[in-house]
Amino acid sequence: MSEQLIVPTMAEMMSQGKTPDILFWVGSAGSYDDRAKKITKAFVKILNKAKVNFAVLGTEESSTGDIAKRAGNEFLFQMQAMMNIELLNSYNVKRIVTCDPHSFNCLKNEYPELGGNYEVLHHTQFIKQLIDNKVIQIENSNFNGKRITFHDPCYLGRANSEYLAPRDVLSILNANLIEMKRNKSTALCCGAGGAQMFKEPEKGDKDINELRTEDALETNPDIIATGCPYCMTMMSDGVKVKEKENEIKVMDIAELIANAQNL
Amino acid sequence: MEYIPNIIFAIILFAGIGYFANNVKKLVRNIKLGKDVDVSDNKPQRWKNMAYIALGQSKMVKRPIAGFLHVIVYVGFVIINIEVLEIIIDGLFGTHRIGHSVLPEALYGFLIGSFEILAVLVLVAVIIFWTRRNVIKLKRFMKSEMKGWPKSDGNIILYFEVVLMCLFLIMNATDTVFQDYNSGNVISQFIAPLFSGLSEAALHTIERAAWWIHIVGILVFLNYLYFSKHLHILLAFPNTYYGKLTPKGQFKNNATVTKEVKLMMDPNADPFAAPAEGTEAAMPEKFGASDVQDLSWVNLLNAYTCTECGRCTSECPANLTGKKLSPRKIMMDTRDRLEEVGKNIDANKGTFVDDGKQLLGDYITTEELWACTSCNACVEACPVSIDPLNIIMEMRQYLVMEQSAAPMELNNMMTNIENNGAPWPYNQMDRLNWKDE
Repeated sequence: MSEQLIVPTMAEMMSQGKTPDILFWVGSAGSYDDRAKKITKAFVKILNKAKVNFAVLGTEESSTGDIAKRAGNEFLFQMQAMMNIELLNSYNVKRIVTCDPHSFNCLKNEYPELGGNYEVLHHTQFIKQLIDNKVIQIENSNFNGKRITFHDPCYLGRANSEYLAPRDVLSILNANLIEMKRNKSTALCCGAGGAQMFKEPEKGDKDINELRTEDALETNPDIIATGCPYCMTMMSDGVKVKEKENEIKVMDIAELIANAQNL
Repeated sequence: MEYIPNIIFAIILFAGIGYFANNVKKLVRNIKLGKDVDVSDNKPQRWKNMAYIALGQSKMVKRPIAGFLHVIVYVGFVIINIEVLEIIIDGLFGTHRIGHSVLPEALYGFLIGSFEILAVLVLVAVIIFWTRRNVIKLKRFMKSEMKGWPKSDGNIILYFEVVLMCLFLIMNATDTVFQDYNSGNVISQFIAPLFSGLSEAALHTIERAAWWIHIVGILVFLNYLYFSKHLHILLAFPNTYYGKLTPKGQFKNNATVTKEVKLMMDPNADPFAAPAEGTEAAMPEKFGASDVQDLSWVNLLNAYTCTECGRCTSECPANLTGKKLSPRKIMMDTRDRLEEVGKNIDANKGTFVDDGKQLLGDYITTEELWACTSCNACVEACPVSIDPLNIIMEMRQYLVMEQSAAPMELNNMMTNIENNGAPWPYNQMDRLNWKDE
């Protein structure tokens, strides 16, 4: 399967005198984290299937600096941001799509003030466009009748008020979508944000991902859907802590769409 | 001699308002200790936010029970205070129920009748509020930062309201002239029989006493505000006006850092060049915040506006899982420290004398700051647009950029970003390996 993926880089495209319609910002998690790489590949399958004229930065991509900013290192953040902006502007990038809500938020909201102005889309928003334009259609979904609950990533939901796109995309799976008691603007964080992903939690009586997994388990789901590589790690760990990994799958929306039709 | 009550009234009124005005001046001065921020943009949206969120209580009703009760007390409080206008005129000019002689009978009756009904509704709501705090003991009112003064403060406000509403109804019930109008006494007519055995003179004395205690009580309450969390009844309006308009995920850009980074990245810049005449500030600007003066004045306005309802804390993932962080405590600490700094300035003839204390460490611990997931649940939950997250991020920035005091794992993560452009120690040249795996 994987050898069929078509992943052009900006550098290759430029050398061929081509311009992609959109840049796929893979992000650090999507590039290196084993579980997140599967999300990246699932999304590329969708892009390939939809014949989207896209490119990645490949080895030229570097951290957005988002995590450094949230950890308090404004200097490192701005260094990363300005390097990236210089690169993106040199390729004359206009549109960006990413599977990482943290990159999405950072590129969309925090880069403009430093000279980077792009139309930035989260992959669920982009997939929704493909569906709306009938480029992607799902018939006989593999998830027919499955119980799916969606966990809102903070940096997509509360941070950018995007609650509908992921739900609209999920709705074409012909599955049974069940909301957790805390959803949309009151969704509970998975526990990874604000650089928590990279440190041990402070002393408390429970880990946040465990509490959020309990929210999800209350819906008695077959699948917990996510839209963020860090939420993916946290929710997968939570399901393991609850020893439910054999019954419940945690899947990104890109994977659900790609798998719905065995792309 | 007959003017003595008028004179006494005028003295009490002006003393009450004067003392309050003096405290408001202090309040404004304290808020202005914060750094300046430009919030002059997008005025139409700001007015709209104030109208919806403060005036319209749109976020209060997200929690229907508390929201509904709060709307009753809020509407009751605002509308019943129209009555205060009449009391002030009567008090100053020695008239009795001036409204009755200048307004059409039916309108006056309608107004007082509505006040009476609202007074009863407020009483009921306040009793339920008291029960929630003291009998049901809702979790968010029982957190560790709510011990001592904050708990008493919450109850004192409720007692004030009970007493004021009762006085208003007693005043009307014992006012024989008003009862004789038989218009607008929708509630008080049922209270009047309780006093039926009393002489005309005794009734008059009770009516006068209730009238005086009512207006003095209102003035005392007004002055209590400055010392209480109850300031929100005034500050909710400016606070929602100056609230954040950008997406919640967009964190402030530090312009000083931008200048430095641009200089570093400019191949033509001469790092050893002497600064141009007059452009160099004596001290390099401090990054982030360790004390209240490093925060913006909007942060400080936020702190005075907080009424300690705890909706933020009850939605905070860190707090829900037993960590020390409580966004409400962040706001309470900021206000307490600001008050301390303000008193220091008062005691030292207008200048702040270093007291060896600061917001960071003496009030807010690093353990609290590092427990935050920056998820914005607290910001979303606040019914009056307070942003505790911004204060947390400003203090993290100080810890990291001024003190290099990040947790060790985060330092490793940041070193990785510096070295190889990813939070993990993987080679940047491997970024596209996933394609062929």
